[in-house]
Amino acid sequence: MDKMIRNLTIGLVLLIILAPLGLLAAGTAYGEWAPDELKDKVGFVPPGLEELSGIWNAPMPDYSISGAEGSMTLSSAAYILSAVIGVVICGGLLYFIGKKAAKN
Amino acid sequence: MHIPDGYLGPYTYIAFWIIMIPIWYYAGKKLNTELKSRQVPLLALSAAFSFVIMMFNVPIPGGSTGHAVGGAIIGIVLGPWAALIAISVTLVLQALMFGDGGITAIAANCFNMGFVTPFVGYYIYKLISGNSEITSHIRIIASAVAGWLALTLAAFCAGVELGIQPILQHTAAGTPLYMPYPLSVTVPAMLLEHAFAFSILEALITAIIFTYIQRTDTSVFYGEISKNQMKKNKNAALTEV
Repeated sequence: MDKMIRNLTIGLVLLIILAPLGLLAAGTAYGEWAPDELKDKVGFVPPGLEELSGIWNAPMPDYSISGAEGSMTLSSAAYILSAVIGVVICGGLLYFIGKKAAKN
Repeated sequence: MHIPDGYLGPYTYIAFWIIMIPIWYYAGKKLNTELKSRQVPLLALSAAFSFVIMMFNVPIPGGSTGHAVGGAIIGIVLGPWAALIAISVTLVLQALMFGDGGITAIAANCFNMGFVTPFVGYYIYKLISGNSEITSHIRIIASAVAGWLALTLAAFCAGVELGIQPILQHTAAGTPLYMPYPLSVTVPAMLLEHAFAFSILEALITAIIFTYIQRTDTSVFYGEISKNQMKKNKNAALTEV
């Protein structure tokens, strides 16, 4: 069991390092277009969509840091940083939730 | 498959909050009764894994992209309720911190990727596996089919949610207020790109991780008893006699 956790963790670390490969996919996922991309497709921005789309300003939109967009190296670094933040917060939270749940 | 803010109107996103709140509550209760201490590191790893795997965007012809979720394998290993919690936490962080998926759409996204994926994954895996040995090759195929169907059905749900928007909410003149494409466009689009691309990736990931765990320690699988445990149960039954 401990060996399995260790090996799976190694796999996860490899995935984090390789994560910038995900940046190579240039397009936008179906139904996830920004309002201006949608405008290019259908010719208008639906009014409700326009209103709701700006409801939240994420601190690191698209797993990036402002200023990193131009350079592949910087955006890769920001992407890896995002993965590390995600792993630490998600892993940490679930470890905490799991410990509490397992006790009960 | 992360629906952003604005694509679902309030009728739809509020309905999904109403659907998901009791499901989350029940999942929390199930976690309290079912989770064992030795599963805690796996639970933490699962959420982290799901987060990272969703960052691997895969391009497909036509300019679209997509990714796997890892929901099926988490459902098979830790059970669908634990998987629901792990993936939901991941999706909330993605929405709040990285703007991946809308905050109004968190419940809908958790329904598609956090609920549909692990439940379809787990039950299809169980259905195909039947009474086969936990170490049998049939189960590897079962896990792959489960992964494929899990993500494909989740994509179908997302397609339906998006496609009903023009019917549900439009201006008096008939202009859609939210997602402008109708069901006849959204459902085939979501289904096809997943069935022929991203769900295949999900199937591969599910089968690879399944095979690794199957060959290492089958006692970690949800709802399966290890050989040691079986022996203990047998001994306990014998001493009782």
